[in-house]
Amino acid sequence: MTLQQIFFFVFAALTLVGGLAVVTARKLFHAALWLLLTFFGVAGLYVLLEAPFFAAAQLFVYMGAIGILIIFAIMLTRGIMRQDAPRFNEQWWLAGLLAIVLLVVLGWLAWQQPWTTTAAPIREDSLHLLGLALVDPEGFALPFEVASVLLVMALIGAAMIVKEG
Amino acid sequence: MVPLQWYLILAATLFCVGVYGVLARRNAVAILMSVELMLNAVIVNLLAFWRYSDPAVVVGQAFAVFVYAVAAAEVAVGLALAVSIYRSRQTVDVDQLNLLKW
Amino acid sequence: MEFLSRLLTFLSNAIVNVGGWIEGLLVNLGLGEPLVSLAMGLIGAAVVGFFPLLVVIFLIWAYRKLIARMQGRLGPNSSGTWAGPYGILQTFADAIKMLTKEDVRPQGIDVVPYNLAPILVVVVSLMVWAVIPFGPGDALVGTDLTIGIFYILAFSSAGLFVFLMAGWSSNNKYATVGAFRAVAQLIGYEIPQLLAVLAVVMVVGSLRMQDIVAAQDVMFLVAMPVSALIFFLASMAEINARPFELLEAESELVCGYFVEYSGMKFGMFYLAEFMNTVAVAAIFTTLFLGGWRGPWVDQAPILGTLWFLLKMGLVILGWMFFQMTLPRLRIDQMLAFNWKFLVPLGLANLCVVGLVNKGIVAALVGEVSAWTQAGILLGANLVVILATWGILAASERRAWRRQETWQAAQAGELEVGA
Repeated sequence: MTLQQIFFFVFAALTLVGGLAVVTARKLFHAALWLLLTFFGVAGLYVLLEAPFFAAAQLFVYMGAIGILIIFAIMLTRGIMRQDAPRFNEQWWLAGLLAIVLLVVLGWLAWQQPWTTTAAPIREDSLHLLGLALVDPEGFALPFEVASVLLVMALIGAAMIVKEG
Repeated sequence: MVPLQWYLILAATLFCVGVYGVLARRNAVAILMSVELMLNAVIVNLLAFWRYSDPAVVVGQAFAVFVYAVAAAEVAVGLALAVSIYRSRQTVDVDQLNLLKW
Repeated sequence: MEFLSRLLTFLSNAIVNVGGWIEGLLVNLGLGEPLVSLAMGLIGAAVVGFFPLLVVIFLIWAYRKLIARMQGRLGPNSSGTWAGPYGILQTFADAIKMLTKEDVRPQGIDVVPYNLAPILVVVVSLMVWAVIPFGPGDALVGTDLTIGIFYILAFSSAGLFVFLMAGWSSNNKYATVGAFRAVAQLIGYEIPQLLAVLAVVMVVGSLRMQDIVAAQDVMFLVAMPVSALIFFLASMAEINARPFELLEAESELVCGYFVEYSGMKFGMFYLAEFMNTVAVAAIFTTLFLGGWRGPWVDQAPILGTLWFLLKMGLVILGWMFFQMTLPRLRIDQMLAFNWKFLVPLGLANLCVVGLVNKGIVAALVGEVSAWTQAGILLGANLVVILATWGILAASERRAWRRQETWQAAQAGELEVGA
């Protein structure tokens, strides 16, 4: 078992345990904290996949912004009664069944398909290439600009929706 | 070297955990948290394929960047909606948000 | 004589030579190759981890002494409650006091986040030291990541949730409100910090910390003063220095998010705040003051570390001047300053620096000397400063005229609504 595989299991365990705890936590705030742990585990996986930029982006965007936003929303939507509402609705068994069926199908597909992998070494300047591709007119400049417009729209829309009066 | 299948199965598991969360939880914010789990699984999948196919092709990474942007936008608007619903209906339990029912 | 010259040669690259000597010791002990590199890595991590603690011990004393002298008091001294000559042992006295205080456990707290928050605060403060370059070459930096400065910003951003953990799990209204305000301030001020760093990264062309230091033949403080100013001010808010010190306002918010913490847990928050100061000073030094660069560093790399420490000290002194003389801002004043001034200024600065940088590269074909490039960037920054000054003066005049109109209307001299 190489060192990389050990680290993979560590981060995979963090991620999956965190994910399961998110959907089954009794208190909502604890679910948010488990979600932050899941994000951290996923960031570790990106480091293993030799995409350090995405690991830092995961920490920045997900842990530092989306996680905090979720915690704010939890605090702003807490009911007057302090005891926590029931966690699951009436069809939870059907949801579980569907999730397991989906997992079995996806897992079987992933396992037995002969993927063509090259496992070529990462280039030194892969981050540089990504940056160049994002502003290249024949690369991804248009989706980049559209994403900026999307974010501005989301910003203005969210501010308008929660405006009082 | 970690085989590609392990990453795919991990992403599939995380995705299915998210699916269970979306379908079974009652609180709207908890549902949004499960959607974030699903999006994370998707990005893990994308980056695993990028790494194990040709890493010199930048499309995989660029796609992941846009998934980040879309996820951030979606969670912002979704949570704004949840807070707004809470203000008018005093609840975010999706079982009780049934005004549009027949 | 020969011994002296050998000593000087050893000392001129002291840290690397000591590391090599330790490694030789380990190899002679008969450990295998991977264990030796693992041990060297652990020793390096321990040194880099203890360094901010040592600086903080000195910094707390200097802070108390300097503030006191500036305000006409004596500060920690050797009379009265004895704290060592000139009060040097004050930090140890503080630490002992915190260790011996009763560890209050309030009722109704959420046990795991409550106890985890102080630990995580210190952990996040320590993580950024891995990529800060202390000197030239590869041995004097923890790890020269490709994403150096982005790693630092990511960890400062990811460390925000501990304040929410601390505030929420304390089962206290004031703690929760304090945590909200803390996160609102810190998230808000991350944006101008990021914009200022983006301007620097655009000029350098790389995120690596050693590349940023190597590109500073002219300090970026001189070449891009607006970015330096924005980063300086935004960092003051990130480390809760005096004008932006609302998060621990003892008189206004009952100490904010750590009101329910006592003893060593509070000590951890206190420690983390000072370590943040040191860490952000190190980042400012690397980004804008040229890091370890200075005269004679090529001959004696240990001087690089010395220049680095001196510059860091200067930055901390600059922050202390603000801390000692300015009162606290209110939350709305602070947020207005950020969103209505710093963010537009940061965006304008980013646009101007980007355009000018591209203009230099495109227009001046051939090699441009660093001084020319710095001069052109400085000119562009001065234009931005003058434009900002003009806009602020114009809006001040408008506000003054509006107030005059309002006062005249109140005195009945003006026909309103005619």
